[in-house]
Amino acid sequence: MTVTVKLFATFRKGRFDESQREYAELTTVGDVIKDLALPNHKLGAILINTFHAGKGLPLSEGDTLSFFPLVGGECR
Amino acid sequence: MSALEEFFAAEASGDLVPWKSQVLAADMFSMTLGEVEEAMLKAGWLPGRYQRNRQMLSTAQQHTLFRSCVAVIGCGGLGGYVIEQLARLGVGRIIAIDPDTFEEHNLNRQILSSPRLLGHSKALTAKARVNDINPAVTLVAVEKAFDGDNGPALVADADVVVDAVDNVAARKALDVVCRDLGIPLVHGAIAGWYGHVSTQFPGDNIIEKLYGHTDDSPGVESQLGNPSFTPGAAASFQVAEVCKIISGEGELLRHRKLHIDLLAMETEDVPF
Repeated sequence: MTVTVKLFATFRKGRFDESQREYAELTTVGDVIKDLALPNHKLGAILINTFHAGKGLPLSEGDTLSFFPLVGGECR
Repeated sequence: MSALEEFFAAEASGDLVPWKSQVLAADMFSMTLGEVEEAMLKAGWLPGRYQRNRQMLSTAQQHTLFRSCVAVIGCGGLGGYVIEQLARLGVGRIIAIDPDTFEEHNLNRQILSSPRLLGHSKALTAKARVNDINPAVTLVAVEKAFDGDNGPALVADADVVVDAVDNVAARKALDVVCRDLGIPLVHGAIAGWYGHVSTQFPGDNIIEKLYGHTDDSPGVESQLGNPSFTPGAAASFQVAEVCKIISGEGELLRHRKLHIDLLAMETEDVPF
């Protein structure tokens, strides 16, 4: 199935801004995180289309999956 | 018409009362500059300093702003710009909370900082700055770290709270306090070229959605630092939200966060 993956802010570095990617049926959000080597401890919002998603959720054909890094705030 | 109102009428040009007349009224009527400003706005006169606000805000809305209290948690990168803009906008009472003193690494971005103020209290510096730029505004400086224990008493009088904190633990405490007290919270966070802003009303839970799954360790800002321009950009979005919450104008960032990317020059409206 084809899934559009959108990366934001620091997650773009060394990867891409947006990519159409082929994944096997039943691929989960967590599988894509591993595929792209996104750092788990720096993950902020994850959306499938316009809905917030957990790592265990499976993807469907045509989904758009968006990853935002965690922005904690000011530096001291 | 009271003697004070007669004074405003004699001094006004159109409906604008100049600053020198406001100062004179405070002296003549033994009032503070803030008391004069409140009376002036209540009677429908506009302090001359706000004349460029008037295409956006009515005198009645300017009065509402002046009667409002906004608590700003953090007087660093975001908070410095937030406080500056709130005071110039004409918010009458600002509670500025920060336990820290200025350090050299603040100088690249924190508008309240300067070499001569290294080692000085951020909250007290905010008070001096506001007294300089808009002496009618009252700034209550609190040199304490906001937490779940002291928080309710510190922000109980606030109509809006602005999140300008530098750590996730304080933000989570702020979220709980604002939800318990039923106070709108304007959230902002920055890291390097990036930032985001969102507004949480009582009953909403965007902070929990954003940070509930995380431990209290720093986000990507710990690797990226923060430059001079990102705090100003995010703070301006936050103050626009405060202005709209108090004045009732416009659309708010409720149930969404605005992701700001100053490197790609993109914004993304993320539903929550």
